[in-house]
Amino acid sequence: MLCKLQFRFFSPTKILRTAILLPWLAAIFSMPVNASLIEGFPLDPELVHQLNGDGNKAKTNAIKQLTLLATPEAVQLLTALAEERLMIAGDSGELLLRVEGEKAFDAATGVEFSPVPEDMDQLYPNNRVRVVLNTSMSILKLFNPDREIRLEAAKQIEDTGGADEMFLPIMDRVLAKESDSEIKEIITLVKAMIGVKSSDPSIRLKAVQDLGESDNPDIKLKLTEMTDPANEADNSVRAAAAESLASLEQKMLIGETITRVFTGLSLGSILLLAALGLAITYGVMGIINMAHGELLMIGAFATFVVHDFFRDHFAEFFDWYIVAAVPVAFFSAAIVGVIMERTVIRWLYGRALETLLTTWGISLILIQTVRVMFGTFNQEIANPGWLSGSVEVMSNVNLPWNRLVIIGFAVLVLVLVWLLLNRTRLGLFVRAVTQNRTMAGCVGVPTAYIDTVAFSLGAAIAGLGGVALSQVSNVGPEMGQGYIVDCFMTVVLGGVGQLAGTVWASMGIGIVTKLVEGGLGAVFAKVIVLAIIILVIQKRPQGIFALKGRTAD
Amino acid sequence: MSNARTPFVVRFFSATGRTGWIALVLFALLTIVAVPVCHLMFQEGDALFISTFYVTLIGKIMCYAIVAVAMDLIWGYAGVLSLAQGLFFALGGYAFGMYLMRSIGLDGVYQSHLPDFMVFLDWKEYPWFWAFTDSFVYAIFLAIAAPGLLAFIFGFFVFRSRVKGVYFAIISQAMLYAFLLLFFMNNTGFGGNNGFTDFKRILGYDITSPEMRATLFALSSATLMFALIFGRYVVTSKYGRILTAIRDAEMRVMFLGYNPLWYKLFIWTVAAIICGIAGALYVPQVGIINPSEMATANSIEIAIWAAIGGRGTLVGPAIGAFVVNLSKSWFTVAFPEYWLYFLGLLFVLVTLLLPQGLVGLYQQLRARSTR
Amino acid sequence: MSDVTTDTSNIKAEASSTATTPKNDDVILEIANISVSFDGFKALNDLSMKFMRNELRCIIGPNGAGKTTMMDCITGKTRPDEGTCTFNNTVDLSLLTEAEIALVGIGRKFQKPTIFESHTVFENLELAMKTDKTVFFSLFAVVDDVMRDRISDTLKKVNLGEHADQLAGRLSHGQKQWLEIGMLLMQDPQLLLLDEPVAGMTDDETERTGELFNSLKGKHSLVVVEHDMDFVAQLKSMVTVLDQGAMLCEGEMAAVQADPRVIEVYLGR
Repeated sequence: MLCKLQFRFFSPTKILRTAILLPWLAAIFSMPVNASLIEGFPLDPELVHQLNGDGNKAKTNAIKQLTLLATPEAVQLLTALAEERLMIAGDSGELLLRVEGEKAFDAATGVEFSPVPEDMDQLYPNNRVRVVLNTSMSILKLFNPDREIRLEAAKQIEDTGGADEMFLPIMDRVLAKESDSEIKEIITLVKAMIGVKSSDPSIRLKAVQDLGESDNPDIKLKLTEMTDPANEADNSVRAAAAESLASLEQKMLIGETITRVFTGLSLGSILLLAALGLAITYGVMGIINMAHGELLMIGAFATFVVHDFFRDHFAEFFDWYIVAAVPVAFFSAAIVGVIMERTVIRWLYGRALETLLTTWGISLILIQTVRVMFGTFNQEIANPGWLSGSVEVMSNVNLPWNRLVIIGFAVLVLVLVWLLLNRTRLGLFVRAVTQNRTMAGCVGVPTAYIDTVAFSLGAAIAGLGGVALSQVSNVGPEMGQGYIVDCFMTVVLGGVGQLAGTVWASMGIGIVTKLVEGGLGAVFAKVIVLAIIILVIQKRPQGIFALKGRTAD
Repeated sequence: MSNARTPFVVRFFSATGRTGWIALVLFALLTIVAVPVCHLMFQEGDALFISTFYVTLIGKIMCYAIVAVAMDLIWGYAGVLSLAQGLFFALGGYAFGMYLMRSIGLDGVYQSHLPDFMVFLDWKEYPWFWAFTDSFVYAIFLAIAAPGLLAFIFGFFVFRSRVKGVYFAIISQAMLYAFLLLFFMNNTGFGGNNGFTDFKRILGYDITSPEMRATLFALSSATLMFALIFGRYVVTSKYGRILTAIRDAEMRVMFLGYNPLWYKLFIWTVAAIICGIAGALYVPQVGIINPSEMATANSIEIAIWAAIGGRGTLVGPAIGAFVVNLSKSWFTVAFPEYWLYFLGLLFVLVTLLLPQGLVGLYQQLRARSTR
Repeated sequence: MSDVTTDTSNIKAEASSTATTPKNDDVILEIANISVSFDGFKALNDLSMKFMRNELRCIIGPNGAGKTTMMDCITGKTRPDEGTCTFNNTVDLSLLTEAEIALVGIGRKFQKPTIFESHTVFENLELAMKTDKTVFFSLFAVVDDVMRDRISDTLKKVNLGEHADQLAGRLSHGQKQWLEIGMLLMQDPQLLLLDEPVAGMTDDETERTGELFNSLKGKHSLVVVEHDMDFVAQLKSMVTVLDQGAMLCEGEMAAVQADPRVIEVYLGR
C-alpha cells in the first residue's frame, strides 16, 4: 500500500503542478493575514507537549524555551498555562488545547478545535513550575510597549531572583531593544547576577565587572563572597570582584555622605529659621533672648492647635492645616514678642547681660504656662499626607519629602526677610539702627519703634521655625531648650548685621554636626562643633561675616 | 592702706573690715558651734533639736553660697557673666564622688570592687581616669584640678579672642551643655544619668552618722567664711582695682600696659576652683551627684542669686543664695506649680527694679537715713 | 599668674631709655608708608612721618584726615594693611599688643576722656603708675610712701589735689581730661600721644594745659592732635598737616597757616 501511494505522489505531472503552484502558495502564505502562520505558528509541537511532560525539569525547560522565543504566540500559550486554561484532551492525553472562552484551540498549531471535547483535564502548574512560569511571564512583559508594565516586570524579576542562565539570551535581546535607562539598569543587574553563577569563568568575569557599575548595596554581599577563594577559583575573577567591590563601596560611601549632607542641610535649614530671628534681634538691640527657644515652641504649639482644630472641624481639609498654621504661628509668636519687648525688654536698654537673665525668667514663665495649658508631655502631630514619603535619588539615598519642603520653606522665608530688610523702608531703618543706633536716631529713625518691630519680627520668624519643627520633631513644652544652644552658636559663628552670616553658619553647623555624627555619635558631634567655633572666634571674634569698621567694642 | 612692712598674713585678714569680722564671728558661732551642738546633743522631740533635714538643707545652701561668692568675683568684679559655674561645681562633686564610690568598697549591690554601674555595664576594671581615686587627698586634689584646668584652657582661648559680654555667656553655656551630654552618656564612666549615689563612708567614718553630718556642715561654713575673707582681700588689693577697671573700661586698661587676659583668667580659674571645692563639700551632704547638676537652669540660677543679693558686694550673693533656695524649699512643698512662675518673676523683677540687689537696697536706705 | 614676657620687656624698656642719652636729633618714632582702609574707605594713604626725641609736635587737619587712625596704628588698636611703625629705631610696633606697646614707653590720651569712673582719682593715678603690671605683683602690691608722693605730685600738676578721694565719674569734663593727662604722666612714657587734649576745656584750663605741655618739652616726646589753633600756637612747635590720610605739609605754625593748600583744605579764608 505504501509503495503505491509513494509512487503516485512522485508522478511527473504532480511534480510539475507543485512546481508551478509553489510560488503562488508562497505568496499567499506570506500575506499578513496569515502572518501568524509564518511567525508564530506552528510552535514546535514537541516543545508544546513538553509542557505536560514528565517531571518538573521537562516542564520548566519547556517554559524557558518558549520564553526564549518571545513571540506573541508563546506569550499566549504561557499566559493560558498561567491562567490554567491549558487543557489535556484526547484518548491518550496527546492533545493540548488552549481554551479561550467557549472555544478551544490547538496549543501547537493554533487551529480551532471543535467540537470542544467533553472531558478535559486541566494542565495545572505546580508550585515549582509556577515559580519559573512567573519569572517567564515577567520576562515576556519586558516586551510590552507600556513602560510602567516593563518597569514593574523588571523589578519583579530582580526581586525574586528567579532568572537563571537559560534566560541570558533573552536578556540580551531585551537590552538590545530597551531604550529606558532605568529598566536597562535593572536588567543589566539581573544579567550580571545570573552571570556570576555561570560555570564559564569568562562569563563570571564579565558579570562581576558589570556588577561593579551598580550602586545597589545588596550586591555587596555577593561581591564579597566572590573575593573569597573558597567560593571562587579563578584568580582574575576574584581580582575583578575585589575591584568591583571597591567601586561599589565607594559609591555607597558617596550615597551615605550625600544622605548625611542632606540631613545636615535639613538641620541647617531649621536652625536657620530658628537663628535668623535671634540674629536680627541681636544685631538691632544687642541682646540675646534666652526665651527664643520658647518662641519656637509657641510656633509649634500654634501648629498643634490648628492641627487639632482641622482634625475636629475641617477633616476633609486636614492635609492643608499646615498652610493655615503658618500665619497663626507667625502672629502668635509675634504677639508674644511684642508683649515681651514692651513690658520688659525696653526698660533694659543697654544692659545686655541683664536682658539675658530677664529673658530667661520669661522663658521659665512661658514654659510653665504652656505646661499648665497643654500638659507636660509631648503632643502628637501628624504630617499632612502630601508631606509624607520620600524621593529616591540613588539606590541608597532616600530623601524624605517633608525635609525637602522644610528646606524650601526656609529658603522662601530667607528670601522674604532679605526683601524686607533690603527693599523696604522699614528694612532700611532696621539696618541703620543695627549699624549705628545713635546716628540713626539723630537722623530721625524712630529707634524705639524699630526695636519693637525687630524684636517681634525675630519672634515671628522663630514661630515659623516652630511650624517646621513640628513636622520633624516632638512637640512639648521644653522643646525649645534643645535648640537655643545651637541658635546661639549660629549667631556667634555667623556674626550679625548680615543675613549671609546666619545662612552660612547655620548650614555649616548643621552639615558638620551630621557628618561627624555618622562617625562619632551625636554627643561628640556637639563637642567638636563647639571646639571648632571656639577656634574660629580666635581669628574672627565677631563672627565670620561681621561688619567691619571703626566700631568701638 | 597698709605699710609695705606689714606682714602679708595680717594684710590678708585685715582686708575684711571690723563689721565684717563681727558678722563672721557671729556666723561662726551659729554654724560651727550652735548648730552642730544642737544636732548632736539633743534628740528628736527636744526643743533645741535641729534635725538631719535642716542640717542637710542649710549645709547644701552654704555650698551654694560659696558658689555665689565665686560668681560675684567673676561677674560682680570682673564683669564676666558665666553660665557655666554649675559645670565646675559638678566636676568638683564628681571628683569627690569618685572617692566616695571607691569607699563603698565591697558593700555595693553587686559586692564587687567596682561600683555597681560599672558592673552593670560589664566592665572588668576601672578606666584610666579613675586611677588614685581611692585616695582622699587625691580626690580633693582632683576636685581642685579638674575644674581649674578646664577653666584655664577654656578661659585662655576665649579671653584671648577678646570675646566678652553676651557672646561669652552663651559660649560658656554651650560648654556646659556639651559636658551635660557627655556625662549623660552611660559609657563615659561616670554613671550615666544615674550618676553616683549610695555612698557609705569617708575616711572610714560612716557618712550618714550625725557626727559626719555635723562635721561636713561645719566645714562648709568654714569654707564659706574663708571664701568671703579671701574674696575680700582680692577685691581690695591692687589686683581687684585693676580687675574692676577692666570691667569698666578694658581698652583703657590695656593702654596702661596691663594684659587683661591674665587678669581675667586668674579670677576665672580661681572662681572655678572655689566652685569645685563647694561641689566636693556638697556631694557627701546630699548623697548623690548626677548630670542634672549640669543643667543650664542651675547655672543661670546662680546668676540670679548674685543679682538678688547684690553684685559686687561678695556677701550679697551669699545672702541671695540663701533667700532663693529657702524660697524654693518652701514653694516646692506649699505651691509646687507656682515655683517656676515665682522664679521667673524673680528674674524679671530683680533685674528691672532692684539692680543693686538686696544689699544695695540696704545701703541706699542706710545712706538715706543718715542724711 | 605672672606674665613673664611683659615683665622682661618692662625691664628692657627701662634699660633702653637710660642707655641712649637723649640727643635731640634721635628719631623716636618712624612711620613708614602706612596704609589703612576700612571696607574700601582709605583712612591712611601711604603716610610717612618721623618724630624726634623730646620733640613736641602738633598734628592738625580736617575730620577724616586720619589723625586718630594714625594713633590707633601706633598704639596697636588698628593693624595697618601696609607699612611699619618703628619705635626707637628698634621696636616694630606691629608685632606687639596694645599692652606691650604701652609698656615699651608709649602713652596715649584718647579723644573722649576714658578714665575709670567707679574708682577714685587717687586710684586712677595709682593704676596708671609705671610699675610691674603683672597679675602676681598686683596681688601683693602695697601703696607705699614713695608712690603716694608721686601721686601727690601729679595731682598738683593737673590741679586735682583736692579731689584725690572723689569718684572719678563725678568730675567735670575738663577735670576728667586732666585726670587722664595725669594718668599719662604717671605712666612716665617716652612718647605721649595726645588726641584733642583740650577739647571741651575752658580758656583758662586750655592755657594751663599748654603750660603743662611746654614744661614737659625736652624730657618727653609729645605728639598732640588738635583743632584749637590758639592752643597749637601756644605750644610753639612744629606742625604737620594731614589730609585724606596723607601728609599735606609740615613746618612752623606761621608757615603752615599761610600755606594756601592748608587754607583751602582746613583753615578757611
